[in-house]
Amino acid sequence: MSSASLKPATMPLQDPGPTPAERAAVQAAIDACRALPGALLPLLHAVQDALGYVPASALPLIAQALNLSRAEVHGVVSFYPHFRSAPPGRHVLQLCRAESCQAMGGGALEALARQRLGIDYHATSAGGAVTLEPVYCLGNCALSPALLLDGELVGRVTPQRLSELLDTLETAS
Amino acid sequence: MSTTIYVPADAAALSVGADAVAAAIASEAARRGQDVRIVRNGSRGLFWLEPLVEVATATGRVAYGPVAAAGVPELFDADFLSGGAHALGHGPTEEIPFLKNQERLTYRRIGLADPLDLDAYEQLAGWQGLRRALSLSPAAVVQEVLDSGLRGRGGAAFPAGIKWKTCADTAATQKYIVCNADEGDSGTYADRLTLEGDPYSLIEGMLIAAFAVGASEGYVYIRSEYPRAFRVFSRAIELAEAAGFLGADAAGSGRPFRLHARLGAGAYICGEETSLLESLEGRRGQVRVKPPLPAVSGLFGRPTVVNNVVTLATVPVILAHGATGYRDFGLGRSRGTIPLQLAGNVRRAGLVEKAFGLSLRELLQDFGGGTASGRPLRAVQVGGPLGAYLPDAALDTPVDYEAIAAIGGMLGHGGVVVFDDTVDMAAQARFALEFCAVESCGKCTPCRIGSTRGVEVVDRLRRGEDAPGQAALLRELCTTLIDGSLCALGGMAPFPVLSALDHYPEDFGLAR
Repeated sequence: MSSASLKPATMPLQDPGPTPAERAAVQAAIDACRALPGALLPLLHAVQDALGYVPASALPLIAQALNLSRAEVHGVVSFYPHFRSAPPGRHVLQLCRAESCQAMGGGALEALARQRLGIDYHATSAGGAVTLEPVYCLGNCALSPALLLDGELVGRVTPQRLSELLDTLETAS
Repeated sequence: MSTTIYVPADAAALSVGADAVAAAIASEAARRGQDVRIVRNGSRGLFWLEPLVEVATATGRVAYGPVAAAGVPELFDADFLSGGAHALGHGPTEEIPFLKNQERLTYRRIGLADPLDLDAYEQLAGWQGLRRALSLSPAAVVQEVLDSGLRGRGGAAFPAGIKWKTCADTAATQKYIVCNADEGDSGTYADRLTLEGDPYSLIEGMLIAAFAVGASEGYVYIRSEYPRAFRVFSRAIELAEAAGFLGADAAGSGRPFRLHARLGAGAYICGEETSLLESLEGRRGQVRVKPPLPAVSGLFGRPTVVNNVVTLATVPVILAHGATGYRDFGLGRSRGTIPLQLAGNVRRAGLVEKAFGLSLRELLQDFGGGTASGRPLRAVQVGGPLGAYLPDAALDTPVDYEAIAAIGGMLGHGGVVVFDDTVDMAAQARFALEFCAVESCGKCTPCRIGSTRGVEVVDRLRRGEDAPGQAALLRELCTTLIDGSLCALGGMAPFPVLSALDHYPEDFGLAR
């Protein structure tokens, strides 16, 4: 099953509910997607595209709109690694851990990113600059090793290139 | 007179700076007062040369690569607009041995034009398969696919025609065509190349399938790790719809066919067809017990054909040229061609479409050119993360579903990942089990629990604790996974583990 952290571990007893901005984004996603067959994944994507995450406090709204239980929605959100329940850092760095990238030095890139950012996977660096996530294949296996930075694919990544990228991420606000 | 220059806009080419190269060519041409027209094509699949810039000359397209933005003025100095000689020049693209020695059928159009240009698709023999299909009866179309011998290229190699016939023979008011574009295997990118580089060929294949089985709705499930493929393919659907190929009267057939692109969410298991259907229905991607087969009761409980991108994109070729024309390629029960994808530590990495039957060694040496590092090759993983690791001695095996199965491997989706002699095979075995633990859907116990226990056993082996005993335990655990798992994830994750144990025992601290 998918990653443990960045997922809603508990449902608070006294849920303050979504913020107005969260509520607006979730409602817009509900309005856009609720009529689709099998609407839940497109809806969750729409929420995450708008907010960067799927707030746990919004799950009751989604459940009600799709006539599902809150547990069913929670089950889906927590099953898929793509969905996060907390806001990510200002940048999301996804490093490919799969075999083709391993064969071309991906392991050294993983070690470098962890050491430079001072975090492991599924965490955000101090100051909130970079969230580090593992990914299992980006389909760029002929140009390994590869990473996805804020949704943009980068290939033929060397330790030096990764260092330069991290430099720009940590200095940029 | 303007010169046409091709700079790919495929995600892989963009990942190594193709946009900057295109911009540099435009600005350098303007600075020099030279009239150029830049076409953003798909990739030719010669990825080690990306960004691969092609110039249309009087004698055909001439290739330069890999081009960096900073090197563009030098290309102009060398008069590349007339095909001038340069260190990065490779002469006529079609004469590059890597491309020339292929048998491209499914990928015949890849990289030739702007992938979203409908006129270019038509000119490059697009819609011919669909037109022939519409001139036949639905049953005759199913028969063509059966006769072609086409087997599912997603990995399971199940005859496509049998799925189609089962679905066609099941009476229902609503049927679906679902395209599996959840290409999660490491070392594979053929689906991505088609989605981005020849999207209408997939749409054409799905239209033919819909006509053959009587389906009116289609879904393409694209993994979220392919954001660009999702954008390009979604746009292709809009354009095909606007041109009348999709909609209430699809391609003038008098029948409706609507197509939707859906985005996955990072779960490898959704490449398994029943998990994919669960995901499309809005649930956790957990495997369904078969039967019922999806062809009888699939998406939303309706008869559904689920095929991989490559399978569906091959259907137009079969219809256009006839089942026999396709069958004549290949050998034994593996008919036609397969797009093999060279990846990892290989000098010339890229897509090689060949008739079944070439040996892995020919693929790795003649096309791949050996390792990228120049060090000796130690292992090749064929068929993705659930495929066996093969040593050099096994490389004379032909690329054929049965022949590779006979040596304990599987061809899968055609990914071939090369490792040099720096690889630690015990670490690779551990990763295979760790991957299985991360990606297990959790429905069956052998996969959910066995994968985690397997990681622990490999860790003990690597620490040298009771090596012979742990090795025996690991083998027993692998047998449990193979025999007791519900689907191929748990059922095949042991293949890389057992093959590593068999061929590289010294990496586990065991005697050879």
